[in-house]
Amino acid sequence: MSDPMEEIRASFFIECEELLESLQDGLQAMADGDDDAETINVVFRAVHSIKGGAGAFGLDDLVRFAHRFETAMDEVRAGRLQPDADALKLFFVSADLLADLVRSARDGTDAPDDVISDVLAGLDALGGAAPAEPEDDFEFQPMALSFDFADPAPAAPAGFAITFTPSDALYASGNEPLYLLRELGESTVRCNTGALPDLPDIDPERAFISWDITLHTAESENTLREVFEFVDGLCTLDIQPLHAPLSDILPPPPADMPALPAPIEADRPEPPAATPDTPRNPAEPRSDTAQANPTVRVDLARIDRLVNLVGELVINQAMLSQSVVEAGLPPNSAVVTGLEEFMQLTRDIQESVMMIRAQPIKSLFQRMARIVREGSAAVNKDVRFVTEGENTEVDKTVIERLADPLTHMLRNAVDHGLESTEKRIAAGKPARGVVTLRALHRSGRILIEISDDGGGINRARVRQIATDKGLIPADAQLSDSDIDNLLFLPGFSTASEVSNLSGRGVGMDVVRSAIQALGGRITISSTPGEGTTFAISLPLTLAVLDGMVIRVAGETLIVPLSAVLETLSLTDKDLRALGPQTHVLQIRGGFVPLLDLGAELGYRQPKQSYVGGIVLLIGQDDGQRAALVVDAIEDQRQVVIKGLEASYGRVPGIAAATILGDGQIALILDPVDLVKNASGRTRIPSTPISLAG
Amino acid sequence: MTQAARQIEASTELLSFRVGGQDYSVDIMSVREIRGSARATSLPYSPPYVRGVINLRGTVLPVVDLAARLGLDTGADSERNVIIVVDLGKRAVGLMVDAVSDILAIPDSELQPPPDMVADDTRTFVSALTIVEGRMIRVLDLNAVLPPQGEEAA
Repeated sequence: MSDPMEEIRASFFIECEELLESLQDGLQAMADGDDDAETINVVFRAVHSIKGGAGAFGLDDLVRFAHRFETAMDEVRAGRLQPDADALKLFFVSADLLADLVRSARDGTDAPDDVISDVLAGLDALGGAAPAEPEDDFEFQPMALSFDFADPAPAAPAGFAITFTPSDALYASGNEPLYLLRELGESTVRCNTGALPDLPDIDPERAFISWDITLHTAESENTLREVFEFVDGLCTLDIQPLHAPLSDILPPPPADMPALPAPIEADRPEPPAATPDTPRNPAEPRSDTAQANPTVRVDLARIDRLVNLVGELVINQAMLSQSVVEAGLPPNSAVVTGLEEFMQLTRDIQESVMMIRAQPIKSLFQRMARIVREGSAAVNKDVRFVTEGENTEVDKTVIERLADPLTHMLRNAVDHGLESTEKRIAAGKPARGVVTLRALHRSGRILIEISDDGGGINRARVRQIATDKGLIPADAQLSDSDIDNLLFLPGFSTASEVSNLSGRGVGMDVVRSAIQALGGRITISSTPGEGTTFAISLPLTLAVLDGMVIRVAGETLIVPLSAVLETLSLTDKDLRALGPQTHVLQIRGGFVPLLDLGAELGYRQPKQSYVGGIVLLIGQDDGQRAALVVDAIEDQRQVVIKGLEASYGRVPGIAAATILGDGQIALILDPVDLVKNASGRTRIPSTPISLAG
Repeated sequence: MTQAARQIEASTELLSFRVGGQDYSVDIMSVREIRGSARATSLPYSPPYVRGVINLRGTVLPVVDLAARLGLDTGADSERNVIIVVDLGKRAVGLMVDAVSDILAIPDSELQPPPDMVADDTRTFVSALTIVEGRMIRVLDLNAVLPPQGEEAA
């Protein structure tokens, strides 16, 4: 990366990604009926800026396409073209292609020429008699001509020359000339110190200084006078309209006398008041710059390093707390209180660091919008794609690794989820199908839902296919949700014929394992005739977790706090024997399966009696509950997640590991996985059977 | 063979150790460190020879009871057990052994392939044999020690 040109090029492509994003936003806003001039301008500007940059790097293909796109957008901007649904569709396709071209320019790959020429023809048709061809040769010459410039230029404002001479009384009554000058807005202020006596003769109670102000404004003289209304009679004010030619107005005043716009107070003879901490004047014409937060681009590896270091810090701090406890210091000692503050700080640092990694999920949703557009075109269905919660912040790694599963699921939703237009009309539904992608935070996790308003899962057919493929025995007793979950079996595909959109043999099982690899879970709910919803629940971050420290069979384990609904202690009447080897817990009129954590993990045999034991009620995303018996609850704390998969491999029922304050490793439970694979054995049957496994 | 000839010939440095009453060794280039035994956190559903995981300066290190893995007499756990941390390409693993003995430079010509013995599966774990001062030293095939990655232990 030593080549400076390479770096500039790289940053151009990063900027392009941002521009493409705002392009998508703008088009989406237009599609949603926003015909605000600024929205259209944003779209136009995005295309224009990409064209400009591409011209500078000699990316001719990109320039050519962007130019034609820009020409069409210009028609919209000028109000000559009213974008209808078809035009907008074309704009969306053009934006997608523009993104393709940017990426192919970046990676040096070939762009799909045939599609481009179709789209270009469409764009030209939109642009009416757009004089595209003759302009083509020198088109990127005028790229330096920023059109923002054009806005203030045409109405060269008139101005005023103001002479402002405060009297002693002005200061005596507590007025502050600086505020007045600021209120005028952008102006050139010159300080007249001619009346200032020599230093020994200065009377600090008197005023000697006056100001000449040159102000370019469209406001009337009366408005200006209003500014000085409060000091009326306390100063001499002379306001003259400015008749200088434009050439004199534009450049700053000549350098013979230094213009003093800001440090006026330095020349003030009277005892200086406290530094004027002026609130930002609302009259100042600078609203657009204040909005955008400044950002910094940082190499992800550096952030990861920081995240790891903070993780180590958390472990270290836990170790320190533990040794303080062991040292038996009184709780009000300086060390203990200091350590508490330290813990608070560590937690704050950790949260801030995690926030660096978090990004709005918007960029991913925009990519998905394209998938749906292309997908619906491929299978000839009219689809409206709705996204909600685009600003939900998700860990960057999670966003990246969600792209493939979401792509697959959205294609499925368009291809299999939605019925054909004819069927929809026959069923009395609107011809246009709706696919919704939604992201939200829920109880410390991120929930992503993909829903369609199609026909729902055809359970009879799913069952038939699963039986035909030998995935389930023909006489299996399955609930509706069991049947829905058959979709996740490897090698399952319901499409009766392989369309060119989905059904390439990669099934929902791949999606599910991708989600599980992120520590997430996926569930289906489907109502016949109304549609299907896939819900993906993901941890907020891949690095830390709030956990409950428990002990069972001599081992310390962590249960994610988000999974624990409540804790209770077992009594005789809560416990009901179900089968010869199983118990259920009766809780508020409902029955919940009772699982012995020690036995499920193979640490011990089921106990003789669970009365008096402690139970964690575990909630799952699909609303199912389970009761886990543990020996003791020790603590509740934040733990740093250390993956097990890279060093050892996947362990059923275990999500990851962490390091406790004493340096020991504790395993972090994956309660849902554990419950799913649980045997539920909580009793030793009277007849001895093999307990292996 | 003269001393000079010995030096010219290519040789392998081996770390030898005792496990289950037998002499084994590993290529010293794959040894990352040697540390005292620590209480391992046991992993559910793991094969019996996987002792569990320990904290190695902030990383999670699986520990294999080498005697159990080789089907040898494991004997009682003692404070004198030693963990040899070895690199297996992308991951590291701790081998719990009785004691570390020596570092040996063995000329490649003195490393013999083990004969085929059908009766036990030790053959899988031994990549070569050599004799040092009358004792037979087995060279451990590290890749055979852990189950292949990604394999679920259930």
